[in-house]
Amino acid sequence: MSLDSRIPAGPLADKWTSHKVDSKLINPANKRKFKIIVVGSGLAGGSAAATLSELGYKVDCFCYQDSARRAHSIAAQGGINAAKNYQNDGDSIFRLFYDTIKGGDFRAREANVHRLAEISNNIIDQCVAQGVPFAREYGGLLDNRSFGGAQVKRTFYARGQTGQQLLIGCYQALSKEVAKGGVKMHTRSEMLDLVVVDGHAKGIVVRDLVTGEVTSHAADTVILATGGYGNVFYLSTNAMGCNVMAAFRAHKRGAYMANPCYTQIHPTCIPVSGDYQSKLTLMSESLRNDGRIWVPKSREDAKAIREGRKKATDISEENRDYYLERKYPSFGNLCPRDIASRAAKEACDDERGVASSGLGVYLDFADAIARDGEDAIRARYGNLFQMYEKISGDDPYKSPMQIYPAVHYTMGGLWVDYNLMSNLPGLHVLGEANFSDHGANRLGASALMQGLADGYFVIPSTIAVYLATQRPGTVTTDHPEFKRVENQVNNRLKSLMEIKGNRPVDSFHRELGLLIWDKCGMARDEAGLREALEKIPKIRDEFWANVRIPGSANGLNQELEKAGRVADFIDFAEVLCHDALNRAESCGGHFRSEHQFTEADEEVKDGTTEAGEAKRHDDKYLYVAAWEHTDAGRPPILHTEELVYEEVKPSIRSYK
Amino acid sequence: MPLLNLNLKVWRQDSADSKGRIESYEAKEIPTTASFLEMIDIVNERLINDNEEPIHFDHDCREGICGMCSMTINGVPHSKEQGITTCQLHMRKFSEGDTIWIEPFRANAFPVVKDLVTNRSSFDRIIQAGGYISARTGSAPDAHATPVPKADADAAFDAAACIGCGACVAACKNASAMLFVSAKASHLNHLPQGQVEKDSRTLAMVRQMDEEGFGNCTNQFECEAVCPKEISADHIAKLNRDYLVASARETAS
Repeated sequence: MSLDSRIPAGPLADKWTSHKVDSKLINPANKRKFKIIVVGSGLAGGSAAATLSELGYKVDCFCYQDSARRAHSIAAQGGINAAKNYQNDGDSIFRLFYDTIKGGDFRAREANVHRLAEISNNIIDQCVAQGVPFAREYGGLLDNRSFGGAQVKRTFYARGQTGQQLLIGCYQALSKEVAKGGVKMHTRSEMLDLVVVDGHAKGIVVRDLVTGEVTSHAADTVILATGGYGNVFYLSTNAMGCNVMAAFRAHKRGAYMANPCYTQIHPTCIPVSGDYQSKLTLMSESLRNDGRIWVPKSREDAKAIREGRKKATDISEENRDYYLERKYPSFGNLCPRDIASRAAKEACDDERGVASSGLGVYLDFADAIARDGEDAIRARYGNLFQMYEKISGDDPYKSPMQIYPAVHYTMGGLWVDYNLMSNLPGLHVLGEANFSDHGANRLGASALMQGLADGYFVIPSTIAVYLATQRPGTVTTDHPEFKRVENQVNNRLKSLMEIKGNRPVDSFHRELGLLIWDKCGMARDEAGLREALEKIPKIRDEFWANVRIPGSANGLNQELEKAGRVADFIDFAEVLCHDALNRAESCGGHFRSEHQFTEADEEVKDGTTEAGEAKRHDDKYLYVAAWEHTDAGRPPILHTEELVYEEVKPSIRSYK
Repeated sequence: MPLLNLNLKVWRQDSADSKGRIESYEAKEIPTTASFLEMIDIVNERLINDNEEPIHFDHDCREGICGMCSMTINGVPHSKEQGITTCQLHMRKFSEGDTIWIEPFRANAFPVVKDLVTNRSSFDRIIQAGGYISARTGSAPDAHATPVPKADADAAFDAAACIGCGACVAACKNASAMLFVSAKASHLNHLPQGQVEKDSRTLAMVRQMDEEGFGNCTNQFECEAVCPKEISADHIAKLNRDYLVASARETAS
């Protein structure tokens, strides 16, 4: 079946404006009769909940954290893009649109991305009005910096904690609406299932994490803004609690999962130090503005460093390989994330890695410190340097940082149309939880932009397209479907508690994560993916036979919370591998080793690209892969949405 | 990799209304490169293997920004190390054979939920009382319409760095929330956008703080000493000043 994205007709630059004019409105007196459930309180969920309440809708917002302010958007460091062109360096809405489409390796929808670029400017205005303390110049105007995949300075930032400042702005707006009574906030509450009535999403079943009580909540529409699925890899830069449960429950109830194989591996993270490790820490991409990435030219030098016989400073300039500058002279250290990550992997596969595990490369600030002085570098990156020093015990002002790629963001997610509604009517999906705007690779400083665009500006307008077809309040929790789903949820919790096996939840999560990182990580191939698809069911069987969850379900039980999330990660991992197997091409964050340019290719001979670069097959895969869930044990069913490029011609992505 | 053997003394409490107690645990062969929370993970995995209930604790981002982690370590919220949260503490700071006391953030306004997990929703209610600028989505002028002097922007940022963890409260002998409230108010009160609601914000936040049962500030600055974001107690002085002015204006009006 082919999917209808409901992209408005007309010229690209006019689509969003004309869509707003053509869409139905809900009059103010009727808005208060509609109830909307928002799951998640990060940038997408929080901004949506606040704005929908400002418009007059009744909102119920749920988050698993103890406060809406702690959602993982808070950890975003570097910045947020906007096409303001405040630097007068030639930026424009079109250029931001083009960079994002190209950065996504021509696998995103043109119309969505153009809308994102248009809205980017409103976001900055809105955030400044809320009091978000963006970095400023001495004249009092806003400062910008550059990020990967762009040759203009369009990134607004708040030291190294842009995410926290944007989220606090959003949380404060949300708090204002909570005080006014428009939003009811449910903290420490986890959505355990979606309730579908007559084919429409009309509510959720939630577990109160403190009391253990399972309750039903009905609404006229449900919004999921529950983030990405990076923790399927166990180790990632995500918060420990980030999970795919809400999205996967919706998937099991009929919502299609789109492009899950597009996973972003961030090039600059602190390398793994041991098997007890619980998470990986990102060092902001902004560091690549001044840091130079290198490994030794020779394997001997690299080995000497790994064994502690040499230090970075012992390697002379001519014996260093600044491989990104060498391979991509015009973008250099600021090439997009997928390219920088793969290049680091190649260097380490070539046995030139520098961390004791062999999996690490240098990010060196010596030149920048010599050029601008230590104080200037401290002003720009002080908190990041401090963070690095705390974790690693090394002083990055004196010796280069060691970094290695880590799972960071997931471009795939639930399929949505232009109105951000899933194929399941009444279910809307925002932010990282949907698949919509980043194609096969997300550019730096674009996640915050998308989350806030979806929440502040897109959904408040497009939700009316659905609500206008609904009579408010027709479904309540008295509907028998709620009781049925509640029973299923309670039975699942009971089954988990009754296993009383021998292995802690984390041991399964770790096992799954290692398998997926190994077979479906930075590089994938058919044999590996088939192997993973054989092994995942075994992990699932072992999990449901042998997991041990102490305590009871009637109260706070963190092992039970984790168990439910890991059970869904195991099932989700299968969809992920199926998608990666189906897409027999390389694009963005999805690199299939069988599909790369070689010396024999014309494009390599004529210098368009280099051997080892990702090779897309636009003739076969210029589509969104959206997967329909089937019963356990059977593979998901593929549906496609053809990608039509009217404005941009897909080409070989070049950052040379 | 060097390994440590430690003795833990951990606060265990089954639920909000049950009585708590200190339990002893051995933490054996802990890598010095592990974080403090990873050390607890290791202990918990062993407890689960021994069929015991793991130690419950709040944590999420594990990179010092979400403000969820909240342990009092050897009597000091987030440990005696300066400028870090519990999750940023690494085991290389400890020595072989150390005894480590681990307790929740203690305050009447932060009731214990279970073990080391506390309820800090009082902070949310303080923000709901007035800790915001009422800028309805869509109503904003161009971001450059109001330049903000860099000094003001920087001062606002210094206050805005607060992660709402509550260490300031836990460190204070009066369980005062003045550092938190002053940081939140000071962030907005420093900016031109925040001037319109400055008085009402200041009064409402302070009154809510009192209502939640936080104690008074007696200028001991324990809060500043433990703040993982090193927020200055100068903001308390600013809040007192803003409060005085706002009260005077309220009385006069």
